[in-house]
Amino acid sequence: MTKINLDRDIIDHCRELAESVAHPVLIYINRHSTVSIERSVLRLLGFQGAHEVEKGMPYPVCNLIVDKLGQDKLKMGVASVIASIKNRYPRWNQAKMAEKIIKGEVNFERLEILPPDKAQALLKPWIDTAVRHIDKMRYRKEDMRHKLGRGKKMGPLKYIIVATGNIYEDVKHAQSAAKQGADIIAVIRSTAQSLLDYVPHGATTEGFGGTFATQENFKIMREALDETSEELGRYIRLCNYSSGLCMSEIAVMGAEEGLDYLLNDAMYGILFRDINMKRTLIDQHFSRMVIARAGIGIQTGEDNYLTTADAFHNHHQVLASQFLNENLAKHAGLRDEQIGLGHAFEVDPMVEDSFLIELAMAQMVREIFPRCPIKYMPPTRHKQGDIFFSHVMDAMFNMVGSMTGQSIQLLGMATEANHNPYLQDRFWALKSANYIFSACRSLYDDVQFVPNGKVMRQARQVLDRTHRFLRKIDQQGLFESIEHGMFAEMPRAKDGGKGHDGIFEKARQYFNPFYDLFQGQGRR
Amino acid sequence: MARPNKKKSSRGRGRRPQSTQNQAERSSQNSQVAAAKEAPVKRKFAGKIRLYGDVENDGVVQISFTLPMPACDEARVAALQFAEKMNIQKASVLHMEAIDDDFSFFVVYGQCEAEVDLEQIEVPKLDHPQYGFHEINDMLGQKLDRKLVVLGACIGTDAHTVGIDAIFNMKGYLGDYGLERYSCFEAINLRAQVDVKDLADKIIEKQADVVLVSRVVTQRDSHIEEFKKLLAELSSRENVPAKLIKICGGPRMTHKEAIDIGYDAGFGPGTLPGQVASYIATEALQRFADQQD
Ligand code: B12
Repeated sequence: MTKINLDRDIIDHCRELAESVAHPVLIYINRHSTVSIERSVLRLLGFQGAHEVEKGMPYPVCNLIVDKLGQDKLKMGVASVIASIKNRYPRWNQAKMAEKIIKGEVNFERLEILPPDKAQALLKPWIDTAVRHIDKMRYRKEDMRHKLGRGKKMGPLKYIIVATGNIYEDVKHAQSAAKQGADIIAVIRSTAQSLLDYVPHGATTEGFGGTFATQENFKIMREALDETSEELGRYIRLCNYSSGLCMSEIAVMGAEEGLDYLLNDAMYGILFRDINMKRTLIDQHFSRMVIARAGIGIQTGEDNYLTTADAFHNHHQVLASQFLNENLAKHAGLRDEQIGLGHAFEVDPMVEDSFLIELAMAQMVREIFPRCPIKYMPPTRHKQGDIFFSHVMDAMFNMVGSMTGQSIQLLGMATEANHNPYLQDRFWALKSANYIFSACRSLYDDVQFVPNGKVMRQARQVLDRTHRFLRKIDQQGLFESIEHGMFAEMPRAKDGGKGHDGIFEKARQYFNPFYDLFQGQGRR
Repeated sequence: MARPNKKKSSRGRGRRPQSTQNQAERSSQNSQVAAAKEAPVKRKFAGKIRLYGDVENDGVVQISFTLPMPACDEARVAALQFAEKMNIQKASVLHMEAIDDDFSFFVVYGQCEAEVDLEQIEVPKLDHPQYGFHEINDMLGQKLDRKLVVLGACIGTDAHTVGIDAIFNMKGYLGDYGLERYSCFEAINLRAQVDVKDLADKIIEKQADVVLVSRVVTQRDSHIEEFKKLLAELSSRENVPAKLIKICGGPRMTHKEAIDIGYDAGFGPGTLPGQVASYIATEALQRFADQQD
C-alpha cells in the first residue's frame, strides 16, 4: 500500500545508479578471494576441529591449513589443493589430510594440478555431503516455520538481544524472552570478535559485552529454541553475526546449524570496525551466496550510520546504502524476502516533530522495499541514564513500527545507556511492545497521510537527496566515496584497515566448487 | 498545606543555563549537559538529609528487581525480606509479576531511615575558570610561541568514536566548538580501536603536550584497566614528554577516579569540548609558559 506518493521514476533511477556503482565492485570481487573464503571452503568440505596452539585458545584446523599453505598455493583455491592431495592419497579422510598438511608432511612438488572438472569429480562426495546438510537444515527450518507458524500475528516480529557472555545464561534469557512473546533471539557477539581472523571453538562461558559466535554455541542455542518453539507452538527464530574477518566462515556455520538470520554487512565492518573494505566486500559476496542457499535472511547495518552522523540530516546516507546493499545482495543470489535492510529511529528526541520525521522515514523505507523484511532499530544514541524517559522513547518507537507496518522490530531497552539487557529490562520492553502492537493492531490499515503534509514532504526530500547522493557516489566510485567519509562520517582508506593482507588474486584455474553451485541459489 | 521550607533554595537547584546555543537548549533532556554549561560554582552543603518522597525526611525509596523464583506468595515475602535487609522499612510490594515460570519481577516502595551528612562529603573538582573560545586562543597564542600538540584516542578494542569525536571535531558538539577548531592547538584525533602501544609511539613521535583518552566500553571496569595500561606503557618508555598532560574520559568516568589512577583530569558524561579546552589552557600555562623565552 502506498501512502506517501513517492516518485517512482526517482526510485527506479536510484536502483539503476546502485547497479552502476556495484558493477566495478563486483568485477573486483570476482577476481579475488580471501583467506576467510578458503577457510569456509575447507569447513564445507568437512574439515573440522581445533588445536590448542596457545593454552586455552583453540585455533581451528581450517586456519592452520590455510596458514600453512600460504597465498601462493591458495591462488588456485584451497579446494584445488585438497583435490590434488586426494588424487594422490585417495584413502585419506579430512582429519588425516589436515594432520599431514599441518605437520608439513605433504610433498606438494609431487602433486598433480587437476583441471576444475576433475577436481570437482574427485571431491564430489565431500561437496555433496555439505550441500545435502545445508539443504536439510533449510528444509527443517522451513518445515518448523510452516508447522508452528508465528502464532497470532500481532505487529512486527519482536526481536530481542541476549548478551550475557555465557551461552548457558544466554539460553535462560532467550527462553524467557520467547515465553514473553519474543519472535527472534539475536545473540550479540563478544566485543571485538569481528577483529579475530579465526572463529573461536566450542561452548564458551566468558565474553565481553556479548557471547562468542562459535559453532557449538549456535547449536546449543538453536536446540534450546527448538524446544521452546515446540512448547509454545510458535517458531522462535535465531540470529547471529556474519561480519568481521570471519564473515564467510560464520555464514557456513549459520547454514550448518539452521540459523534464521545473520547480520551480514561489509559496510558495517568497514565503517565501525575498521576492517579493510576490499577484504570484507569480497567475503560478503561469498558469504551471501552461502546464505542464499541456506535460506537464511540477512540483516544490514545502515541504522548504525545514524549514531555517528546526526539522524536528522543524514537519512539519505542510510537510504543510499540500502539501495547499494540491495543490489549487492541480489547479485549474490538473495531474494527480496531474504534481504532485511536496516534503518533506525535515531532522531534527537528534543527535535520538534521528531515523531513525524521518524514516521516519514519508516514509511518511506517500507514503501521503497516493500517485500524486504526490514529490520527497524530502536533509539540508542540519545538514550541516557534516565531509564524512565528511555522507556517512553521506546514506546514512541513501537508506535511508529506498528503505524508503518514494519517487519522486524528490534525492541529498545530502557537501560541502553548502561549495560547489556538484564532479564527485567527485556521484560519491560516486551510487555510494552505486546501492549502497543495489540493496541495498534490495525492502525497501519487505517492511517493515511495528508497530501503535502510534513510526513510526505520529509520523505520526498530525503528521496531527492538520496538520488543526488547516489549520483555523486556513482561518479566517484564506492571505494572512493567511503574514503571521503561519505557514509557515517567515518572515512576509511582503500588499502587501510584490518585484514587487507588476507586478500589475493585468483589464478586463472582457481577452483571453488561452492561458488558455482551456490550461484543464484536464493531465487528458487 | 504548609510545609517547612527552610533550606530549599540553598541546595541542589542549579541556575537554569542561559545558553544561547539553541542546540544545547534542545538537549536539556540531558541535565548533565545543561548543568555542565555553567562555570563551576563552589557550593558548600550543610546539614544531614534523608531521601525525599512526599515530605521532608520521609525517606521514601522505590526499587525494582528480579527474583529467580516464580511469582507467588513466598516470592512476595522474599521480596519484603530483601527490602528489610536493605534497610528499607515499611516496605510494600506494589507490583509482582511473573517474567516466566522461573523468574518474577517486583516494584517495591518503602522508607529508608538512612541519613547522609553533607558536611562530610568531599568531591575533588576541577576548579579552573571557564574561558571562551577566543579567549583561549588569544591567551595561549600570546603566552606560548607554538601550538600545543593534543592527541586523542579511544583505546584498546573499543570502537566507539562518538565521545572522543565530540571533544575533537571541528564542527563541535551541542553547539560548542571542538579542539580541532582552536588555532592554539594542533589537534590530532586517532579515533577508535587504538592500541596503547601505538598511542605511546605517537605521543613520543609527536612530542605531544596533551593526551586525551576515551573508553566507552566499561564492562567489568575494563575502562579503568585500559586507562592504567596506557600509564604503564608510558612509564616503560623513553622520551615521553615529561610534562605531558594526561586526561581521560567517558560515560563512566569522574574526575576523582581519574586522579586516583594517576591522570591529571577526568571528564564524564555530557562534557563539552570548551570545558576540556579551558582545563588544558589553564594547565598548559602553568606547565609550559614559564619555559618560554
Ligand atoms: C553509538 C553506539 C555504538 C556505535 C558506535 C559508533 C561509533 N563509531 O562510535 C556502534 C553501533 C558501532 C556500537 C558498537 C558497540 N557497542 Co555501543 N553504543 C553506542 C551507544 C548507543 C551510544 C554511545 C554514544 O555515542 N554516546 C554519545 C557520546 C557523545 O557520549 P559519550 O561516549 O559518553 O561521550 C561523552 C562523554 O562521556 C565524554 N567523553 C567520552 N570520552 C571522552 C574522552 C575524553 C578525553 C574526554 C575529555 C571526554 C570524553 O565526552 C563526550 C561528550 O560529552 C551506547 C549506548 C548509549 N546510549 O550510551 C552503546 C554502548 C556504549 N555500546 C555498548 C557495546 C557493548 C557495544 C559493542 C561492544 C557491542 C558488541 N558486542 O559488539 C560494540 C562495540 C564493539 C567494539 N569493538 O567496541 C555498550 C557498552 C556497555 C558497557 N557498559 O561496557 C553500550 C552502553 C550499549 C549497551 N547498553 O549495551 N555502539
